Amino acid sequence: MIEVRDLSHSFSGRPALRGVSFDARPGELLAVIGPNGAGKTTLLSILAGIRTADEGSIQVPGEVGWVPQQAALYRRLTVDENLRLFARLEGVEDVDGAVDRMLEQTGLRDRRDDQIVTLSGGNQQRVNIAIGLLSRPAVLLLDEPSTGLDPRQRERLWEFVLGLAGGGTTVIYTTHHLVEAERYGNRLLVLADGEDVFDGTAADLHAAVPDSDGRDFEAAFVAFLRERGH
Amino acid sequence: MRWLLLKDLQILRRSPLIVALLVAYPVVIGVLIGFALSGDEGKPKVAFLNEVEEEEAFDLGTGEGEFGAEQAREELCKRVECVDVDSRSEAEEMVRDGEVLGALILPPDLLDQLRSLTSLDPEQPVVDVLVNEDDPVKAQLVDDRISALVTEANLILSQRISGQAADYIDLLIEGGTFSIPLLGDDVDILGLARAAEILNGIEREMEPGPARDALGEVAEFAQLAQENLDFALPLLGAVAQPIEVSKIVVSDATASLDTFAIAVAATVTLMFVTVLLVAGSLALEREENAFTRITRGAVGPGGLLVEKLALGVVASLAVTLVMLLVLTPFVSIAWERIGPILLAILAGGAAFAAFGAAIGSATREVRASSLLAFMVSLPIAFLSLVPSGTVSATAFDLLEIFRALFPFHPALDAIESGLDSAAPGIGLPLLHLAILVAAYGLLARLALRRFAA
Repeated sequence: MIEVRDLSHSFSGRPALRGVSFDARPGELLAVIGPNGAGKTTLLSILAGIRTADEGSIQVPGEVGWVPQQAALYRRLTVDENLRLFARLEGVEDVDGAVDRMLEQTGLRDRRDDQIVTLSGGNQQRVNIAIGLLSRPAVLLLDEPSTGLDPRQRERLWEFVLGLAGGGTTVIYTTHHLVEAERYGNRLLVLADGEDVFDGTAADLHAAVPDSDGRDFEAAFVAFLRERGH
Repeated sequence: MRWLLLKDLQILRRSPLIVALLVAYPVVIGVLIGFALSGDEGKPKVAFLNEVEEEEAFDLGTGEGEFGAEQAREELCKRVECVDVDSRSEAEEMVRDGEVLGALILPPDLLDQLRSLTSLDPEQPVVDVLVNEDDPVKAQLVDDRISALVTEANLILSQRISGQAADYIDLLIEGGTFSIPLLGDDVDILGLARAAEILNGIEREMEPGPARDALGEVAEFAQLAQENLDFALPLLGAVAQPIEVSKIVVSDATASLDTFAIAVAATVTLMFVTVLLVAGSLALEREENAFTRITRGAVGPGGLLVEKLALGVVASLAVTLVMLLVLTPFVSIAWERIGPILLAILAGGAAFAAFGAAIGSATREVRASSLLAFMVSLPIAFLSLVPSGTVSATAFDLLEIFRALFPFHPALDAIESGLDSAAPGIGLPLLHLAILVAAYGLLARLALRRFAA
């Protein structure tokens, strides 16, 4: 289980995270949502080890895979060459095995020799995620993974992610698509102005908002934030 | 790190335009410089028209033979590449079309004018020079060349005429036979020395009296004239060449002009290829959003920087060696000095790579980094080639400081030293380049940290 306690971080004296705490179990899908500037990306970059928190602690049961919002790939290299390069850079012992596994998982075996630039946005995002999975991480961090994808590509992406969670990987993802948070997240972590203002299921959030019957999730979420002064 | 280097080479392989440029650039530069250096040994082309009668010649009476149009042509063609033309209009056309730098025309009455220099009615000889000063640089070059040629011609004539004058004075002092120009008749000249002897002999035999006193004064005058004319001989020599140049080299040894040209071409190639490649490659990491992913793992920003320096050094070595190989058929490259040459290219390449990395670290896009690299590199190259004495002392002091901050000048010095043993030592430029590698490497590292944050 990943355990995060009292995480705080600030940029030039401006607080970005204020005492954020949460847990996530193996195989759980945790959606981190909140308005712009709430601290979602900062939280993920600290969990990924890109930034160091000013205060707080993080307990992770193994490797952490990180998938940035925009595809971090070399467009002039092929799918196979990208996977192979990052496997080597991450020190994966069985490079051939890891690449083969990812080609199978992403369903891109027949496109392995195609340059990334020739792939659709959805397939590029699959390779992007596959690179985050090369080292068989216990926790996968996805920063707004469906940005820029069309509905069909989004659906296929989430099928893939659900498959990963089904295999025991803890998936923590940020999103602005509240439908994706409600539909795919086992739990929601709501951040606002750097604070964790809610930790629970979508149903719990609905219940936390007075007179939320009949409202959709997005309306309930906005009402929740307004009620708490955000 | 080797996997990153392999990745960069794979990306390069997939960019045919960049690969073509990397190969074509040194080849084209090499061929151009090769033709420029091997074409005509640097002599400017000058059209030559002789309107003097072929058999006609002018003897200055110095015993050095006759001086005619053929001798004039011979003297001229030692300094410029002569192109013989048959008419004034042909000479004008060649000058106008830019086929020759200028045209020299010896008019038909040139020898008559030259002969008059030794007569009592001297007429200044005039030669016609046609020039095409269609741009200021060419105009300056033509003026300088013509001034130098006229000065040399005047010096030769002046020396010959002074020699002839000295012979006349000697004849006046010592006496002898003189052949009258044009008429060819020989005339016996008594000479002041013999005249004084005769006068002294007659004076001794004469009775004292006013006539002997007067003769004594004449003999004394002849003696004084002889002694004073003796002083005129060295004076005439001094007039013929009032200032003799004694060149003393006070600065360090220097390489040949050919070596300098090759070193400039190699350094310019090294600079553009390495700086643009490394700056672009580093910017590409962020343009592809891969920077954070790479530096998050085992490689780190420092490792990425070292990989880019290695890429720059590999590319600079390949490109510069290709250029030198292309130059080999045209000019002599001292391949026996391959050790110092490689050392200079490696050090120069590393310094340019570090400079390129600093530029690449400060930009997020390949286009921006390429533009910045080009805009910064070009003036640095120009300012590094400004020779001392062409600007004010203060401006040159500032230029020296400016040059010390960038890799171009030390890289040029190192390559020049690598190519030619006559050039100053390679040690200092290498040390300078090593310092610049460290300084720009540090700058690039700081810039990367800022972006990573």
